[in-house]
Amino acid sequence: MDFALIPPASGTFLFIPAWIIYTLIPVVGITLFIYIIVMRLKPMVLAQPDMPMADILANVPARIIQVIKVWLLQWRHPRYMLAGVIHILLFAGFLILGLRSTELMFVGIKTGFSLPGMDGTLGAIYNVIRSYAATWVLVVALMAMYRRLVTKPARYAVPAKYGKPHTAEAVFVLGMICTLVLMEGLFEGSLVAAQEQQGMHAHFLAPFTLAWFFQHILAFANKDTLQFFHSASYFLHDITFFTFLCFLPMGKHFHVITSLFNVFLMRVRRGNIKPVKYGITGEELDNLKSFGVKNLEDFTWRHILHFYSCVDCGRCSDNCPANAVGRPLSPRFISIKGRNLLFATHPLHGERKIEKQPLIGSTYEEDEIWSCTTCGACEQECPVGIEYIDKIVDLRRGMVDEGMVPQSLQKPLSAIGKRGNPWGKMEKKRSEWTKAIEGDVPVKVLEGDKADVLFFVDSITSFDDRMQKIGQATATLLHRAGVDFGILGKDEKDSGHEVRRFGEEMLFQSLREHNTEMIKETGATKIVTADPHALNALKNDYEDLPPVEHISQFLAREVRKGALQFKANGDGQKVYTFHDPCYLGRHNAVYEDPRAVLDAIPGLKRVDMLRCKDRSFCCGGGGLMLFYEPEEEQRMGVLRVKMAAEAGANVIVTACPFCLVNMEDAIKVAGMEGKMEAIDLAELAAQHLE
Amino acid sequence: MEILVCVKRVPDTAENEITIKGDGTDIQRDDLVYSVNEWDNYATEEAIQIRDKVGGAVTVVTVGDSEAEEILRRQMAMGADKGILLADDAFEGSDGRGIASILKAEILKGKYDLILTGAQADDGAAQVGGMLAAMLDWPYASLVNKIEIDGKKLKIGREIEGGNQEMNEIELPCVLSIQTGINEPRYVGIRGIRKVASVEIPSHGAGDLGIAAGSVGAAAARVKRADYFTPVMGKGAEMLEGSMEEKIDKLIELLKAKGGLK
Repeated sequence: MDFALIPPASGTFLFIPAWIIYTLIPVVGITLFIYIIVMRLKPMVLAQPDMPMADILANVPARIIQVIKVWLLQWRHPRYMLAGVIHILLFAGFLILGLRSTELMFVGIKTGFSLPGMDGTLGAIYNVIRSYAATWVLVVALMAMYRRLVTKPARYAVPAKYGKPHTAEAVFVLGMICTLVLMEGLFEGSLVAAQEQQGMHAHFLAPFTLAWFFQHILAFANKDTLQFFHSASYFLHDITFFTFLCFLPMGKHFHVITSLFNVFLMRVRRGNIKPVKYGITGEELDNLKSFGVKNLEDFTWRHILHFYSCVDCGRCSDNCPANAVGRPLSPRFISIKGRNLLFATHPLHGERKIEKQPLIGSTYEEDEIWSCTTCGACEQECPVGIEYIDKIVDLRRGMVDEGMVPQSLQKPLSAIGKRGNPWGKMEKKRSEWTKAIEGDVPVKVLEGDKADVLFFVDSITSFDDRMQKIGQATATLLHRAGVDFGILGKDEKDSGHEVRRFGEEMLFQSLREHNTEMIKETGATKIVTADPHALNALKNDYEDLPPVEHISQFLAREVRKGALQFKANGDGQKVYTFHDPCYLGRHNAVYEDPRAVLDAIPGLKRVDMLRCKDRSFCCGGGGLMLFYEPEEEQRMGVLRVKMAAEAGANVIVTACPFCLVNMEDAIKVAGMEGKMEAIDLAELAAQHLE
Repeated sequence: MEILVCVKRVPDTAENEITIKGDGTDIQRDDLVYSVNEWDNYATEEAIQIRDKVGGAVTVVTVGDSEAEEILRRQMAMGADKGILLADDAFEGSDGRGIASILKAEILKGKYDLILTGAQADDGAAQVGGMLAAMLDWPYASLVNKIEIDGKKLKIGREIEGGNQEMNEIELPCVLSIQTGINEPRYVGIRGIRKVASVEIPSHGAGDLGIAAGSVGAAAARVKRADYFTPVMGKGAEMLEGSMEEKIDKLIELLKAKGGLK
């Protein structure tokens, strides 16, 4: 076979046959890569258990769908349009060029090598596609570099307290990507140029691809020059390829490898919290020496996979309400600091580079971990499916176990333990709110009796003067819809939703045990609540209960059935906006029902805020978060109220007592009294009953 | 250092609505929840921190009935090494002096370098600590908000007017009454209490302590409780009625009317 230029595998370098060099490079590269991966796997093997294999396998279809959506189709990327599109193109380019890179590696070992099945039409089609892929990869990699170096989006910045920026690493990798596609184009372009010059049958080069450009640029270069470019570009490509491969696991580009696994292992169920320790029974829990995450070794292997997978894109922190108000929490750095500690503890060679010490006080700070409202915005946003809530809760479990609980939280926790509510109010007063219902609305206080539907009120709606109105409105709605319902009265204790999320697992379990028993005694076939935190607890933290729904779901159905009808909203000046409560929306995917209820009120003007539905912005947090005194520059609620004003609304409708507390406070703090008001969906619906 | 912390089980004012029995003999106790007296909790935390710094052991002691054992367990879950319950029917109805003499008898059975009490109890009269020190003839300092160990001596602080700090020196052994705010007491969860659920807590009665039954208890009390009642509203006093919001609105109105708020 005649060649226009000497192919890489047939050349020599310093009298050594080049194929030997081109065999050695992959052998050394792959060996090194395997070694690095093994060293990276080591801490995962040593880590705590995570989801058992049976659980993972039980959800394989759902997991595959997640892989297709989140990984392959990059579903979450366009939420940041420009960066998202750049990444989708880069990612698609990677997938397409993977095959070509494999082929190229062998071309250096055996002259004329082509992958099986790739020498025919299929190969020709592939060659056109991959040539364009290489071209667009160069374009988007340059765009990404421009963003990193010139545009510098704020979310990439690294605050000084978290260390150095990662721009250099990002640009270095982008540089390698550019080198790879350029060298590949030069390798092919120089060959075709030579083929054309020698009148040989030339490869087809798709127009306006990199190779096509190089061929045109080099059309009149002499053969020696072409040979130099051909050989040098191959050599550089080969070296860069394996450098790139081995560099990936060194930092944020590890996601190239780990994201597939991470997405496959993402949570399938939402709203729940991982057990204290996987694989142990309730009784064994009491015998555990330690609870939660206190040291690096207490993380699970999936937590570590999360650390490896963080791309440092800053989307989590950009959506984190705690970060937005200046609380000392940035979810991105939960991952980055965790990864830095892992790398220092398990270096690729030699002894650990950092002395062993508890995580709190060294890697993480107490206030950082208490700052999280568990709103889930970070998890919703992460393009590679990193989860934070379980980690935060595990760290809190560790702090609770060590007694490190802020004084502001100790009182409400102790009151919940003693009286079943965080204010320490008397149990017998739990049903007092029913006395002030307007109109003839009978509320059965079950305390041993039966009812068809149980209205689970929970603490704040039972005891807070203002929030009692939500309970009263809910009871009115249930009554008007003809439901046989009752409440538990003094037999109800706090659902424990935040108790669990603040790390006091044993207290949560005793609340769950008590409430479960009381709920079962009522013989109710359905549970309704107006509190999304109670909804989430009963639905996702409790077990074996009758179906639970939020009042908005109930209302939407009754409205659709025609069982409830609303009179017109007479006030033409009012523009309503619905604030999605985190535990109704993101954690339980109820977005449309509350809107359907609002839209069923004739004449009601409604707008959506820019941040709505799964991008809703937390009001400031519920449950125990009301008691926590965070370090912050402003309130989340204030930011939220301003967002409502920007949307052109003057009434914020929410569907959660905690959201209402925070919104009403925020309206006052922001000095927007008279300009903005807040109301609960149940109250608004009850006001509009025919 | 061997430290003894005197603790008391009290109705928690944050979690109870205190009302008085119709006959004026006591407060309504039917629906009360109890906890360790807040000041005593700070004292226990301080003792644990001192022990962690200089070594030794922390013992918590209470005079009470068998139900008082729960607070000893709680303080042990916090980190105290040992609990002692001083219980005897003969102790019932003791006045402050009686309680101090019971504690004194227990203290003399051991070898303690430092006795801590809370500055006062939620339901108490802030008298036991001082009397106990006098009975032991040990130096005593009250309202302590800072302790520094200095060999056989302690440097102790007390807050004075204007947020200023006063420092004193005191020799061991001594009795200190502890003010809240001296530290940040650690949290005790259910798990912690369960861990010490089966630890044996010795109970000492009058016989064990060598106390003549007649010298303590209601009969020996020289301060006798005579009555409980709710004071009648004085001249110029006004009770605001209504919901919390309404009360606040009225209060603000009143403050504005009297020039207290502009």
